[in-house]
Amino acid sequence: MGIIRSENLTFEYIRRDEEGNVESINRAIDHVNIDVQKGDFVAILGHNGSGKSTLAKHINSILVPTEGTMWFKDMNTSDEDKLWDIRQSAGMVFQNPDNQIIATVVEEDVGFGPENLGVPTEDIWRRVEESLNAVGMMEYRTHSPNKLSGGQKQRVAIAGIMAMKPECIVLDEPTAMLDPNGRKEVIRTVKELNEKEKVTVILITHYMEEVISANKVFVMDEGKVVMEGTPKEIFSKVDMLKKYRLDVPQVTELAFELKRSGLSIPEGILSIKELVDAICKL
Amino acid sequence: MSIIIDKLNYIYSTGTAYEKHALKNINLVINDGEFIGLIGHTGSGKSTLTQHLNGLMKGTSGDIYYNGENIYDKNYNMKSLRNKVGLVFQYPEHQLFETTVFKDICFGPRNQGLDELQIELRAYEAMKMVGLDNDLLDASPFELSGGQKRRVAIAGVLAMKPEVLILDEPTAGLDPKGRDEILDQIAYLHKESNITVILVSHSMEDVARYVDRLIVMNKGEIAFNDTPQKVFANYKELEAIGLAAPQVTYVMNELKIRGIPVKTTPITVEEAKEEILRVLKKGTGLEIRND
Repeated sequence: MGIIRSENLTFEYIRRDEEGNVESINRAIDHVNIDVQKGDFVAILGHNGSGKSTLAKHINSILVPTEGTMWFKDMNTSDEDKLWDIRQSAGMVFQNPDNQIIATVVEEDVGFGPENLGVPTEDIWRRVEESLNAVGMMEYRTHSPNKLSGGQKQRVAIAGIMAMKPECIVLDEPTAMLDPNGRKEVIRTVKELNEKEKVTVILITHYMEEVISANKVFVMDEGKVVMEGTPKEIFSKVDMLKKYRLDVPQVTELAFELKRSGLSIPEGILSIKELVDAICKL
Repeated sequence: MSIIIDKLNYIYSTGTAYEKHALKNINLVINDGEFIGLIGHTGSGKSTLTQHLNGLMKGTSGDIYYNGENIYDKNYNMKSLRNKVGLVFQYPEHQLFETTVFKDICFGPRNQGLDELQIELRAYEAMKMVGLDNDLLDASPFELSGGQKRRVAIAGVLAMKPEVLILDEPTAGLDPKGRDEILDQIAYLHKESNITVILVSHSMEDVARYVDRLIVMNKGEIAFNDTPQKVFANYKELEAIGLAAPQVTYVMNELKIRGIPVKTTPITVEEAKEEILRVLKKGTGLEIRND
């Protein structure tokens, strides 16, 4: 059984007027069943408003289901007694780097999480060092966070989560506000954490190139998981992705177009090298 | 009619430890009706440059001529410049504040002192230009989707009838379809109304598809200023300054290295497809289906 599991998970945003009568109901998640294994790197795709962020917020109990159940490490996320246990081992990184940094010095920001967990002081400093090393930000430990670039700030935010020694990190569009270099830095960091530290990663993104690092992809539409598979399987269905308002990396699209014009090119090409190899073999 | 930037310099926090030369001796001509892409990695000075164009920031030295008049002249009417050069900031939807979509779009023209009829006509026209449905007139801007909010914000600037429209990363945070919709709309707008458009972007694939001319900034200087094809031919230099060419440019260059005689100029999927098919067809005599 997986580290994150949901059964018929449904979530409704209910709007009420001043008297408390229901004004409108918006079903953001509609009977979703997922099963994520420990150590997985899962990417969640979907257009704006498809429900992916709402789903992610269920993992560490920021939201609880209106109907159905979500389990994190076999703990029911609706169970208030388990709230702190869940949040200790499922950390979350948000879109805007400026909204999640609170301290005036990088190392203090990273130490904030473990300090709140009541970790002994020497341990905190050891964890701070380990996490800053893991995200490649050790040389900035005594710097002020507001002088860092967006990508560096996001890496500090990730280090802050790592210092709490989570088993799972949920990243909700962590690169949306970054430039191409910042995006690469963050994705490389996340990939390394997954490979070296075996942290389970849930990455929500609009950038198709970032999905290639994942071993599993969920595509969401209207609150449902409508596609599930490896990046190769998902990206071989170009027409279907476009129907869900998504896109494929430029090289995948070129491969798809060439194939449609009659060249014998395999499906689901993800990298420049794969495409060049395929063309050279013709 | 054009914008001429002449030896423009901008220095932040002069005389302190944080002194930074953000714009270095910029010389640039922007002609009427051009569609320009402005790229550069964070901190390269591209936002600083755009804010000089409508007088939000004033150069430390140098001059900017708008339609032949120096905007730094003592008697220059800065307010009229801001009516002519519309600037859409990053995440413009954060600046929506009115109770309805229509009121929000009317805010700009109302501040220009137009009469009520003119204001409303302009607002309707702007909504049409960005592809917003009239059903949304009375909706609260805060109930809309991300892409719709952004259209409302852009319409608010268009309602002021600018001659130059500067958009700072208009697609950040939108899903791929929303991104294409906004950019298609801007391209359509450019074509229909012949407005000058300056698109600040991080996405090489996007600028490759839309713009006529590409200006690349690096460390406060202009590193490249040419057609996208010519700029992206320098992909190794672009990488050195933290940028890259579109993925297909790499495919073409790699194919050439591997001995397939393709041109390396394609920068969009469409161009690359045609070039690869052209060369393969010639080489093998293969019959290739065209659809």
